Amino acid sequence: MGILPVALWTDMLIWLLLSAITVFVWYCSRHAHLAAPWARVFRSRAALASAVFLAAYLMIGLCDSLHYRQALPTVDTRSPVAYAVEVRSLLDAALSALRERNERTYSAPLATRLHQKELIEKPDGSSSRDYPRLRHGGAHLANEDAWGEDIAWHLFAGLVASIALWGLLVAAMRYSFARRWPEIPWGAAYAALACMLALAGPLAALAVNYHVLGTDKIGQDVLYQALKSIRTSMVIGTLTTLVLLPVGIAAGIMAGYFRGWVDDAIQYFYTTLNSIPGVLLIAASVLMVQVFVDSHPDLFPTAAQRADFRLLMLCAILGAIGWTGLARLLRGETLKLVELEYIQAAHAFGVPDARILLRHILPNVSHIVIIALVMDFSGLVLAEAVLSYVGVGVDPTTISFGTMINAARLEMAREPMVWWALATAFTFMFVLVLAANLFADAVRDGFDPRVRM
Amino acid sequence: MLAYIIRRVLYAMPILIGINLLTFALFFVVNTPDDMARMQLGQKRVTPEAIQKWKAERGYDKPLLWNEQAAGADKITRTIFFEKSIKLFVFDFGRAEDNRDIANEIRVRMWPSLALAIPAFLVGLAVNITFALGMAFFRASYLDLWGVVLCVAMMSVSALFYIIGGQYLVAKLWHLVPISGYQSGLEAAKFVVLPVLIGVISGLGSGSRWYRTLFLEEMGKDYVRTARAKGLAESVVLFRHVLQNAMIPILTGVVAVIPLLFMGSLISESFFGIPGLGSYTIDAIQAQDFAVVRAMVYMGSVLYIVGLLLTDISYTLVDPRVRFA
Repeated sequence: MGILPVALWTDMLIWLLLSAITVFVWYCSRHAHLAAPWARVFRSRAALASAVFLAAYLMIGLCDSLHYRQALPTVDTRSPVAYAVEVRSLLDAALSALRERNERTYSAPLATRLHQKELIEKPDGSSSRDYPRLRHGGAHLANEDAWGEDIAWHLFAGLVASIALWGLLVAAMRYSFARRWPEIPWGAAYAALACMLALAGPLAALAVNYHVLGTDKIGQDVLYQALKSIRTSMVIGTLTTLVLLPVGIAAGIMAGYFRGWVDDAIQYFYTTLNSIPGVLLIAASVLMVQVFVDSHPDLFPTAAQRADFRLLMLCAILGAIGWTGLARLLRGETLKLVELEYIQAAHAFGVPDARILLRHILPNVSHIVIIALVMDFSGLVLAEAVLSYVGVGVDPTTISFGTMINAARLEMAREPMVWWALATAFTFMFVLVLAANLFADAVRDGFDPRVRM
Repeated sequence: MLAYIIRRVLYAMPILIGINLLTFALFFVVNTPDDMARMQLGQKRVTPEAIQKWKAERGYDKPLLWNEQAAGADKITRTIFFEKSIKLFVFDFGRAEDNRDIANEIRVRMWPSLALAIPAFLVGLAVNITFALGMAFFRASYLDLWGVVLCVAMMSVSALFYIIGGQYLVAKLWHLVPISGYQSGLEAAKFVVLPVLIGVISGLGSGSRWYRTLFLEEMGKDYVRTARAKGLAESVVLFRHVLQNAMIPILTGVVAVIPLLFMGSLISESFFGIPGLGSYTIDAIQAQDFAVVRAMVYMGSVLYIVGLLLTDISYTLVDPRVRFA
């Protein structure tokens, strides 16, 4: 069957960002003075271990950023191919088993029966209220007494597979990266990889026959939702910086370099923007985006595109509000740099302002930019959950940690409690944010010149 | 001193005007009142008459900036800009969708917000400083290291988790306090105690880590070395000299936040059903009540500017260099 690739806006920007980062990494690796701070970052064990987790999240997010529409089966070969309305991603295809095996409603992690009683017809015609068997979770078990044994067997198989995979990956890393950069403590990376695979292997093995993390209200697999949420977090954490970066850098270094009325104007602008409480400004802007989307239905043919537009606009809004912090930092640093002799010398030689800004100022404030970007990521991921709760986050149809928490929150009052969706969302988010925080700390330590002295 | 304060107040005026223009642009220029009406009334069964009626009821049927039809001064005053934006300067917010006076609503709802925000703020400050002092006292030891690790871990947990987890554990499982709700007077205490506790815990990670950095920075200064050279005990150095000097950046930083306490906390108020300004805002956002959201945006900005002014003034009080400049 054919497929029609679909390029959502956020997809394109993510791949653009990824290629920009790749070029940047390649450029840094060619220049010793640019590579040195990164070497310092990766000499920290915590940073290396978090980088492994971040890389895993990144892989999942990237897989989820290649979208397509499946061709519908046609009877007549001559007729033009029609494509399904539903936009899927590579990750959806890989997890089609998880996506398609829906139950009727809630079921606990690894359960074989539904979370609530239903009327069941017995073969002899009588009926009783009981917990019905799940359609998919543990459906392969003829006898439910074998459940414990079956789980243990799956766990064992998963662990064996992860050990094998770990061995392969470690061997590959030892012979490639570890040879090239022997000074980096690779042991931390191997340990982090072992931790991750020890969790992922059994999860994956069990996910074949069970709903490892349960199902939600409409019977969707919670693990699938958690994996899908990763992309949303990633998009918000990274694309926001794409908006924030050019504005923040331009405003910051121009204010610091030209001073005078330029500085006054830029300072006035960012103080005004800063004065409005962030959540409220975001809320007001998102409401306006909502009005725009509602009054222009013709611009967004599919629901996925509408949700994608809202996600993109959320990033744009967060970026348009968030640049003030970066601009302030850069302004301060530029004010200091302008007084230095090499800039004075450049002035004396008659180097034009634009050239001084780009060649002499920008490279010397780049450490601040990198630190600010990495530090912002975790805050943005956390903010997404809160904003989605307030109702001004991502589109309700977009799967994200925020929408997961929001949907599960209402089930707190239920007896017995439905805890798995909340626990899953919070755990996945915690791991991502913790890894990002630890990595950001190492980046700050590696790049901040004050730390080196 | 007085001249300085007057200068700062005058400096705040253009910012206030800027905010007013920005909210006006956001609420009336990006989307026309027609779009808002259509959204409020729902996409289906929207007739031009219904939209006209909706706009007329709320006073959105006038031109944005310049009324051709009116005479004299009315050309300016009978416009959306004058009636909706200029009136914000005198805190006339108009009416909400349910036809209640917004200014009045704010006056009533301010108190529950403060009942929650002030204890959370004070206890939070005390706890953060205590933790940070502890870490600074045992700096470069395992206690300090694990303290920082704990802080980073606590920072990485979503605020929603603290609220949901706390509500489940304390209110639902242990039945120590009611799950949600509010009563005025002294009865408020039992409703407020859990949100305050959760607010303190969720701010603990980032707060105490930040104060620890401040303390450590202060401890690298010359006067600390002098104090040690005099033979003072480490605890005296820390609690007498460092703490007092570090209070300057802490207090001036804190002053900026105080006015914003009026706005309440968006999330914990709506989770705990406290009828403050935070839950008012959330309800307005979810009901897409543009008048209330606009009023709250403006209120929040004014309070922020008041905070900036207070910060400037507190600098003049604690730092003679600013006073005599």
